[in-house]
Amino acid sequence: MLGWLFVALPERRLLGATSRRAPTPWVIAIMSFSIMLIAATGLALANTAGVLSRAIEARYALEVPGGGGNLDALLAAVRASPGVSSAEAVPESEMRETLGKWLGPAAESTELPVPALINFDVVPGADLGAIQKRAQAIAPGAHVSAHRDSVAPLLHSLTLLQWVAFGLVLLLSAAAAAAVVLAARGALDTHRFTIDVMHGIGATDLQVTHLFQRKIAIDAFIGSIGGAVAAGAVLLLLTTGASFAGELTGGATLGLVDLVILALLPLALTVLATWVARVAVLRALREAL
Amino acid sequence: MAAVAEFDSVGLRYGTGAEVLRDLDFRLRSGAFYFLTGPSGAGKTSLLKLLYLAQRPTRGRISLFGQELTDASRDALPPFRRRIGVVFQDFRLIRHMSAFDNVALPLRVAGAADEDVEGPVREMLAWVGLADRASARPPTLSGGEQQRVAIARAVINRPELLVADEPTGNVDAEMANRLMGLFTALNRLGTTVVVATHDVGLINETPGAQLIRLENGTLVDPTGALRNPPRPKGQR
Repeated sequence: MLGWLFVALPERRLLGATSRRAPTPWVIAIMSFSIMLIAATGLALANTAGVLSRAIEARYALEVPGGGGNLDALLAAVRASPGVSSAEAVPESEMRETLGKWLGPAAESTELPVPALINFDVVPGADLGAIQKRAQAIAPGAHVSAHRDSVAPLLHSLTLLQWVAFGLVLLLSAAAAAAVVLAARGALDTHRFTIDVMHGIGATDLQVTHLFQRKIAIDAFIGSIGGAVAAGAVLLLLTTGASFAGELTGGATLGLVDLVILALLPLALTVLATWVARVAVLRALREAL
Repeated sequence: MAAVAEFDSVGLRYGTGAEVLRDLDFRLRSGAFYFLTGPSGAGKTSLLKLLYLAQRPTRGRISLFGQELTDASRDALPPFRRRIGVVFQDFRLIRHMSAFDNVALPLRVAGAADEDVEGPVREMLAWVGLADRASARPPTLSGGEQQRVAIARAVINRPELLVADEPTGNVDAEMANRLMGLFTALNRLGTTVVVATHDVGLINETPGAQLIRLENGTLVDPTGALRNPPRPKGQR
């Protein structure tokens, strides 16, 4: 199946030596580098979304719009409710500190009504309506809301960004494939004489195609591995050295499966380039004669 | 005697141009030696291209080695090309490969193992007098040497049909005689040889050879020796 890849030295010489300045490996390297970074970003975003989603899956907030002088009673009522696994009140000082980011010093004004807020976690099957009723018995305006509702736009954005990353990976792969088609056609033009000689002595289209397929497979492998190594170095720098990386990713990391996926990308790119080269050369040969 | 090639009302045109070959109707006998001659532009090279399957006729039928190949699929042609050796006026050697590798190419294309290549190639290079130039690349060889490498490449597979297009056009008279010696030696071994040439002297020095003369794309054959035998009535 891979016999075309391991041919005798004289057959390798048919297309001459590959110049180090040949553009194909460089183009593939740039594509591979970009694909790796974008794919890693997409996978990290998916992990972030997953971590966030799992963290808030069972988390709810009890909010009392007018503030609560009876916060302790509310907290006790929530904790005593069936299905509540943990509950904690958000201190008013913390609320004002958060508001201060938008309102500035006005957030410290006693005239500013600050809602009371209790975050709590529930076990599956907990009766949220009953919890809200208990709270309303103490503070009539109290209502329960799910954290996931508040974070839904963010999760939606993260999902969208993952799809954008996936789309970019596809686009770059298509661009790499187009570059391979151009390279294959260029190589066919360059080696037209050799092809004519080979056809003349009875070589089949497939035999001629294997020569180009092998050449482009090697170029693509060198390019995609080179690009992947460079991308790996950049990712390593971002995750270990740059302080803002943690801010950007929220501490999201790449898991073992993600690393395996990333490691397979250069090989997938090589396989894609090889297949595209094969199809392009075969088609061009059939069109030519 | 069996026919190596049979042309039946063959015509050829390139693109939308006028026909360069018209109504060619002849057969080449197995083991014979032919000279293809005629003025420049008569269609000799086009006829040779039809013979070595580099071109399809635009009309008529061509059979090679007893097989009708006019409408054969592209993939069906390579096995027939391997039975034909071709020598070009401009040699058509691959410049970045050694003389040895150029001569070995048809064997490798035919799938010969490395151990089955070395001996025959050395033998062939010795036959054309280039045993000591095996590792030389074509640009370092003289015109005569390059032509001999091209001949060695053409005959390494022991072709049943050898086609040579002006093989002596780029070499001196002495080398031309030497090359013709190689062709006649090959012919004696049973290969049908077709040599396109302008060189009347060359033709005269090859006893027993038959002449195919083309003028304006048509076959001039006053003796009728090359024409197909009459067909039975009702047969196309």
